[in-house]
Amino acid sequence: MKRIIAKEEYCMGCGLCEVYCTVQHSKSKDIIKAYNKENPKPTSRVKLEVHKPVSFAIQCRHCEDAPCVTACLSGAMQKDPQTGLVTHNADKCIGCWTCIMVCPYGAIKRDPSGKIISKCDLCSELEVPACVANCPNGALICKEVKP
Amino acid sequence: MPKYVIVGASAAGIGAVEAIREVDPVGTITVISDEHCPQYSRPMISDLVSGKANFDKMMCREYQFWQKNDVQALTGRTAVNLNLAEKWVALDKGDHINFEKLLIATGGNPFVPKIEGSEKQGVYTFTTVSDAESLAARIETARTAVVIGGGLIGVSVTEALVKRGLKVTMVELKENILSLILDQTASEIVENVILNAGVTIATGQTVQRIIGKPEDDNVVGSAILTSGETVPCDLVIIAIGVIPRMELVSGTDVKTNRGIIVDKFMRTNVPDVYASGDVAEAYDFVLGENRLLPLWPLAQQEGKVAGYNMSGKKAEYPGGTAMSALKYFSIPIISIGITNPRENGMYEILVKHEPERTLYKKIVLKDNVIVGLTLVNNIERAGVMFHLMKNGVKVKKLKQELLSEDFCLATLPRSLRRKLYPGEYR
Repeated sequence: MKRIIAKEEYCMGCGLCEVYCTVQHSKSKDIIKAYNKENPKPTSRVKLEVHKPVSFAIQCRHCEDAPCVTACLSGAMQKDPQTGLVTHNADKCIGCWTCIMVCPYGAIKRDPSGKIISKCDLCSELEVPACVANCPNGALICKEVKP
Repeated sequence: MPKYVIVGASAAGIGAVEAIREVDPVGTITVISDEHCPQYSRPMISDLVSGKANFDKMMCREYQFWQKNDVQALTGRTAVNLNLAEKWVALDKGDHINFEKLLIATGGNPFVPKIEGSEKQGVYTFTTVSDAESLAARIETARTAVVIGGGLIGVSVTEALVKRGLKVTMVELKENILSLILDQTASEIVENVILNAGVTIATGQTVQRIIGKPEDDNVVGSAILTSGETVPCDLVIIAIGVIPRMELVSGTDVKTNRGIIVDKFMRTNVPDVYASGDVAEAYDFVLGENRLLPLWPLAQQEGKVAGYNMSGKKAEYPGGTAMSALKYFSIPIISIGITNPRENGMYEILVKHEPERTLYKKIVLKDNVIVGLTLVNNIERAGVMFHLMKNGVKVKKLKQELLSEDFCLATLPRSLRRKLYPGEYR
């Protein structure tokens, strides 16, 4: 499976990772429509962590022994044994925030609807995740690792 | 002969099955549950009452979970007796099941205090999906309810009833609701949203008597509180808490305290017999002792640990602690560990409270290590703080940052991040 790694020494804190993640997870996949028109508003699943001068982007690590999967009350969060991805089923999610409580990376957020959570899906439909492909300074890299 | 027998099909039972199947794809597994349905998420029974979820949505694993894991699931059956010397469990119809390894994951029974009139129609406990279904079936014809208990279960059922349009009075023995998991400030924040939803909260009280309706004494008509006040109601829900279901081990050699005593491998004192979930007293890493902690995520984790050890993969339970994520009436709250420390000089408390934004953050430290955490509204970095807590990290130099709204992974010094997240720096 893919794994995203942040190179904080290259991160400028520009936030383009969040912008491209938002667009990638929008209905229209169009930056103007995504930000100005869509309702519900699409949201970024990557978080730019900033504590000046340090900054880096963080997203779900798809942990091997994922605490969010064990803690999930509804079974919405599952570890796919084939792909190694930690998948989130929005239809099953009840927005109890238990996964947020146990994620050691703080990589899970509340969806703007306030009803479910939102997290990185590694852009499974893309060859390279949107945040990595669009980082202008190589601060995010994507490696293939064994699931 | 089944290799593995698991009594209980809830969080701990599910966790155990998944762990066993990771290690042992072929060993026979039998699961015994006195509930009639397949697996479901117990914390979601209030969603069934509120109408937010149907039973399909409540299933926390795929529909064919037992079949897919090649489990013989005996649902609607009760394990009534245990013979440890001959290693068998007796079932309600007189049949026996032999085991090589046994997991007791029987959970808890609702605690029901002695209240005069509690046998009347319209009095419910609230622990199982069948409790929730019975209650849901009565809601159409009910207008008012009294909920006894202002803890996690009591507040959940109150919210569900309010969403169905009932007028609810919540009765709590302590001075504040949710007093086991929240301090007074956080409790009052929740109380306010509950009051705004039209609920009456009666604290420092309980129900001393349930009276029938004038036209039919067998049907709930009102509840008399300890203050003497009479609250007319169509329903009374007893939601005080659960006590471990230990009937199966009573009279056996399995050692119990308030729950079944287990070690870090979820083993009881009897070889090949394990216990997990609400019935077990597992390790609390904050208090440094074993105790009852009836919480779904911990039960599932304990079940997993038991399952690994039963099937031969050594696994140690790292310990849990009191931890709850709440969303009552849409206010997000996370509370972990010691939230109400005694004022004996052992604890240092960091607080930030902005009532106008309903923001509250309280961090309890002992020897510069986080031992307690309460976050209201700004909850998204709770997991990072919990990680510091679990790893016993000294946060002496981070106190101001911990209270800052911008606290995040980047706040931690690089040297600390390297230590806590080694995978990131390989």
